[in-house]
Formats: sequence, C-alpha cells, structure tokens
Amino acid sequence: MSQLLDPQAVTRLYMGNEAIARGALEAGVAVVAGYPGTPSSEIVQNLASVARERNLYVEWSVNEKVAVEVAAAASFTGLRSLCTMKQNGVDVAADFLLHLGLSGVRGGMVLAPCDDPGGLSSANEGESRQFARLLELPLLEPGDFQEAKDMIKWAFDLSEELGCVVMVRSVTRLSHASGDVILGELPSVEKKANFKHRPLPQDPQSGPMHSFPVPQKHQAQQRKLERAVEIFEASPFNTYEGPEQPELLVVTSSACTLYAREAIDLLGVQDRVGLLKLGTTWPLPPKLLGKHLKSAGQILVIEEVIPFLEENVKILASEMVLEIGPKKIMGKRDGQLPMVGELNPDLVIAALAGILDTPYQASSAGYAEAAAQVGEAGAPPRELAFCAGCPHRASLWSLSRALELDGRDGFVCGDVGCYSMAIFPTGFQLTKTLHAMGSGIGVTSGFGKLEQFGMGQPALAICGDSTFFHAAIPALVNAVHNQTNATLVLLDNSGTAMTGFQPHPGLPYDAMGNEAIPIDPVKICESLGAKVRIQDPFDLEQTEKCLLELLAERDGVNVMILRKPCALSPERKKTKDFEMSVDKQACLGESCGCNRLCTRVFKCPGLVWDSTSQSASIDEVVCIGCGVCASICPVGAIKKAEAAK
Amino acid sequence: MKTKSILHSDPFNVIITGVGGQGNVLASRVLGNMALAKGLSITIGETFGASQRGGSVMSHLRLSKKSSVSPLIPKGKAHVVVALEPTEGIRILKEYGNPQVSIVTNTRPIHSLGVICGDQQYPSPEKMRQWIESLSKQAWLVNTTDAAMTLGNPIYGNIMMLGIVVGAGLLPLDRDDFQKALDRLMPASKIEKNLKAFDIGAGMAAGNC
Repeated sequence: MSQLLDPQAVTRLYMGNEAIARGALEAGVAVVAGYPGTPSSEIVQNLASVARERNLYVEWSVNEKVAVEVAAAASFTGLRSLCTMKQNGVDVAADFLLHLGLSGVRGGMVLAPCDDPGGLSSANEGESRQFARLLELPLLEPGDFQEAKDMIKWAFDLSEELGCVVMVRSVTRLSHASGDVILGELPSVEKKANFKHRPLPQDPQSGPMHSFPVPQKHQAQQRKLERAVEIFEASPFNTYEGPEQPELLVVTSSACTLYAREAIDLLGVQDRVGLLKLGTTWPLPPKLLGKHLKSAGQILVIEEVIPFLEENVKILASEMVLEIGPKKIMGKRDGQLPMVGELNPDLVIAALAGILDTPYQASSAGYAEAAAQVGEAGAPPRELAFCAGCPHRASLWSLSRALELDGRDGFVCGDVGCYSMAIFPTGFQLTKTLHAMGSGIGVTSGFGKLEQFGMGQPALAICGDSTFFHAAIPALVNAVHNQTNATLVLLDNSGTAMTGFQPHPGLPYDAMGNEAIPIDPVKICESLGAKVRIQDPFDLEQTEKCLLELLAERDGVNVMILRKPCALSPERKKTKDFEMSVDKQACLGESCGCNRLCTRVFKCPGLVWDSTSQSASIDEVVCIGCGVCASICPVGAIKKAEAAK
Repeated sequence: MKTKSILHSDPFNVIITGVGGQGNVLASRVLGNMALAKGLSITIGETFGASQRGGSVMSHLRLSKKSSVSPLIPKGKAHVVVALEPTEGIRILKEYGNPQVSIVTNTRPIHSLGVICGDQQYPSPEKMRQWIESLSKQAWLVNTTDAAMTLGNPIYGNIMMLGIVVGAGLLPLDRDDFQKALDRLMPASKIEKNLKAFDIGAGMAAGNC
C-alpha cells in the first residue's frame, strides 16, 4: 500500500509530509523521532510504516525535547537522524537544541518543524524560523513538493559537512498539501552505530559531545554558519525569475513562492516584477541578495508569519547600502501584508496590485452582487463541535453540572488536545485558561495556592492521556510537593486522538507497531500520593457524583480518570452500541420547560431539531449510538435500544 | 506513453467541499491520482486536523500541464465545485465561484450546531436550489447520501460524487483512470463497492438530475 518505497524516477502524488519522509529515506536516515502535532505528524507515521523494510528505528517520543535527544544520540554515533514536530514543539526542545548547537553533531541530523500559520490546527501561530537565528542553526525552506523531498536529502549532506543540526521548516500549506514528486534512488539499508567518545586531537569525529569550553564552542558554531553562507551563495534552491531590472523585486520563500507566482501571473505583470525565491533563509547569502537588491528600487518581502525574512533582508541592505544604494523595502512592517494569519494568493494579489497600481477583480461585479444577496443565509457559519459520540462531551457535561452544583464559581483550566474546544459552546465554554501542553495542571497548581489570598473558587485541570505523559507529570509533582489543593481530570481516550491515534507511553505498542511497555497513569499518580478515581464518562450520574465529592474534599491532589476511547478510534468507529430514537409523543419540545436541553445545551451533532414536528430527532447519518443523550432527557423521550452486533 | 489531456484552462481548478468526516480528503486524493495517471501535474491544498471537527472542510485541486501551483485557489477562480453538503457548496460558490462555474452537490443537509440549537435557520431545499443555480452555469443536485446508504454507508457519497463529475464530462478523466487510482490507493477488499458507487454516480449524471 505504501507508495513511500516506490522506485526511482517515477512520479507520485505526495503530501508534503510524504515528500519529507521520502527525502529522508533517500538520504539514508537511520533514526527518526518526533512528537505528534498537526501539521507534522505524517512524517513519522510514514517512516514508521516502512521501518522494517528500510532498517530504521522510528519512535513517538514522550515529548519534543526527548525526541531531539533520541535523534542526537544517533547522530553522535555517525548515523543520520531526523526529528519532527509542530512549531511549538521547537519551543519545548529549544533548551537541548541550544546546547546541541554548541556541541555540534556527527551523522547528518535534520530538524523538520512544521509551522501552522493562521493556527489552523493550533492554539498559536508561533514561528520556528526565529529559533534558527536564536539557536544559530542554518535554516532551509522548501518552496514546493519536489523541493521538500530534495531539500531534506541535501540537508543531511549539509549537516555532515558543517557538523551542525540543519533546520528544514515546512508549513501547513506544504505539509498538508500534495503535489507531484519525481522519486530518487533509495540507498542500501546497512547502517552501523558506534560512539567514539575518547578524544583524538586529530579527529573531529571523536571525543565527548558537550558545550565546553563555551566561548570556543560558540566560535566554532559561528564558523559553521559562515561556511553555510558560502554554500548558500551557490545553492540551486535559491532561484530568480523575471526581468533583469524589475520595477519591483519580490523576495519570498516556502509556500508564499507559489502564492507570489500565481499573483504575478493573474495580474499579468511578469515583465515588471522579479521573483527571488529563497530556499536558504538563515543566514542569508549576502552576495546573492546584494546582486538582486541592486537591480530594483523597490522590494516586497512576502512571508509567513512575522517579518523574519524582511528584517534579515533589511539588515543586509543597510550593511550593503554603499554598494546597492538606498532601497524601499516593503512587507509586513509597513502594512503591505498582514502581520498575523496565513497568506494566500488573494492577499498577495492585493499587495502587488496596490504597489503596481494595477486593477484586479476576482469575479464580475454582477456575480459578486448575486453572491452578496445569498449572504449568510445560504451558508450558516459552521462552528467547531466535538464529534457525535465523543467522550469529551459527556465528561465536560458532568464537569459543568458538578461545578454549577458546587456553587463556588469554580472553573476549568485546560490545555492542548481536542478538549481545547471546551472553550467553545460545544464544550459548554467550561475551560477558562488554555495555553501550552500540560499547562492545565500547572496553572491549577498555582490557583490552588491562592487560598492564602482569599481565593475561594475551586480550579479543576483537564488533560488528555498523551498530554499527561508529555508535560503534565512535572506539574503534578509540583502540586503534590507544594501541598496544593488541586484536582486533575484525566480525559483518557486511549491515544493521541487529535492528530490521528499515534501511540503514547500509556499504550502497549509503539510507533512501529511493536510491543511496548505501557506506563499506567494510575500508578504514577498514586505513587505521588494523589488519590485516584476511575470512571466511565458515559455514566453521567456516577461521574457527576464523583466530581462533586472531589470538589467537596479539596484535600491535596486528586486525580479523576475518565476513561473511554475516542469516537473515531478504530475500536469504536465500526461499532454502534445503541440504536437511538426519539419518542415524538413523549418529547414536549419547546413547551417542556427543559429549554431543549438536548439540542440547545448538550448539542451533539447526532441530535437535530425537527422544526416540522417541533421535537428532537436523531440524524441517523451522524449518530454513532453512544446512548449518552438518553440520560439527559428529563422526560425520557430519547430512547436507546441495544444495537445488533 | 502518457497521453496529455485537454484542459480548458491551466491551471484547472476543482474544489471538493463538505463537513469533517464525509470523506473529502480521500475524494481529492483519488481525483488527484486519476489526473496524475493522465500525465497532468496536480497540486492539492487541504485543510484538515482538529480545526475540522464538525467544521467545513475543503480541498483545492489544481490540474496543470506545467508544474506545482499554489495549493490555495484564488477567489473567484473555481471551474468545478463538488459539494458533499449543500450549504457548503453555496459557501464555496460565494467565495470561489464565477458565472462559468459548474457544481455537483449532494442535497442531504448536515446541520451545524447553530442550526441544531436554533440560533440559525437551515435554508429550504427550494431556496438552496435557486441560490445554487443563480451562482453557477450548470448544477447537478443529487441526494448521494441516500443513494450511498443503499450501499451500506453514507461515506460512499464521496466516490459517487466523483462518478457524477466524470460522467458529466466536467473533467478530462474516465472510468479507467478511476480504476487505476483505486488500485493504487485502496485495499482489494474495498474496490468493488467503490466502483459500484462510482458507477451509480456516473448513471446519475447521465440521468440529468
């Protein structure tokens, strides 16, 4: 099934992440580690699926810092290694990476973060590019799918030549977009690891790996960057298309290259605008930049998200001002392009049309008017919702009821996972703080100590099972040690559900499908001295009762584990526990006094409002038969019957 | 030898839209592989992941004889819209449509939370037909969900839609291309049902719905 191992020279439709994975295979990668996060997850998944055939070791690590450490170990032995994560994963890994920059690497090591401009599947739109400058590591950015493959392969060579980690940054519109890729050769699968830790003065490939003495190591690191610049001056990944003396020079990289090319075509300004596409974006090659900056009076930098490239171009332009002359450099800082969110062809068209004074209309005025007449009525906005049968809806329902009955204005501190949607109506807007992975319990640990200052509101933390291992354990240790009153509700849905069911340390198998040792969160919490209760969240009555007891106790750290597999998990997806129906005679609709609890408050997409009969109704295409809604109807009009298995 | 197909426009832009869980991503992957088999260059832009739980999902598919292009289609530049849910089709027409656009749409609603709780109104079938027709050159409105249920699962609606698109001659692709794409993308056990779904769709196109 996998087209990842298809032969050389054929053309395949690859998702950007598949292209990155194939590039790593063509480079002879041996070890791959990462932590799941949209839009990066398919890189590790794809490589895990061919681990046996290609003699790889592939793991989902407990978090991004450990993933980089695992990949670095392979590099120290001369093997090639790849590490992937989403943008904020680099924040988690940054401490180790800072030191790895100083110690250097041996076997080629590539860090491939995938950023999510616009936060399409993220709680932030952070920039991993900043880390290249901060950590003093070379940065590459592919401009299309073929380059995503070719550049990864080249990055391994570059990493070995320089002796440092090379960053290859992707974005959602490459990682999760697809295009055709011509495949290259796959090398032999033989690989040999040996860490030469005894120092041999003549051999940089031996000796211990660390950052001491710091100034010397730092100087060596900066020499590597100087060498990178020399190589970048001649890199085939930096290209120029357009007239010799353009009226406007566009400097761009990554997916923005494709937007810029489309905008230039649609405006028909190919003879007025030059396009300098950069694949090597940090450190910038000054000779190449100088040559092109000199050719045009005005420059527009197009990039996502912050003006990183723009600022670096401006630094070079000011350093070279005597040779290239004064330039007008436009981009984000002057508002030609927005400072936030992802770009698209239309935003680039608008900027170019304004600068070049060229009129552009997306469609005819008549059509736009007809579309405006349809308005929102034709396509009501579709807000995010937990899936039909999602255990989080049931868990949050009980939490919401318990907090209300408790009556002390309590609230929930959340973190990152599908349950982040508890800030929205689908999760009853229960979560009042939402930041990083594991932050729910960290923040709760802090709130719990504020009784000293008169705070009487109980705070509850929620956290998913994968997140628990990733970042919640140290916060839990902190809460116990500092004698905080804190409650952690662990929403255990048996996998890293949001990103596609990647295994985590709580499961008995690993990324490659081999047996693994499952770590039991119950034992971890109990060993810390926390009281642990386990509940099925679909049993609303018991769950609510249990939560109320926990809230009343407020005596040290309590953990409640609400355990039910995700509705989309392979084990639940094909089974229906119940056939659901609504007794139309029993449902009193608007006159019931329940305020349409099922459709107006509980809001499962499997339950719809039938405006003809003025009663609730089951949407049999959407409902997966979890049976939970039968427990919330005050008059028992929602019926559940055992489904035939 | 690969045969180059005729594209009325280069790039030729197709948008497949629907609600999370309707099989949008697979449909775009199948269509992309069909075009690839014809020797065309394909770029697909997709939005999926957590942000799509219950939300709108769209795939931008671009066929070209040249090279990879922007994975996002500029506003007003769609040539064909395939909608697995009717209001999602209208949403796309409003933004990406033009007087020349063709649309194939499922008529079976999936209610948004706003509609379920009564804050919003779901438009009537008559109103939807009127809007869809006013915003397109030609439109096919079919209840593919009901037809797919006869195959045992509403998910087959996505492949049925591809059958309609190909049957109506909206793309320079044929049933052979579909079969080749299926062979590449699906386990043997799933091929028969998907071929059947495709054929039902192609029949619907011929039937002038």
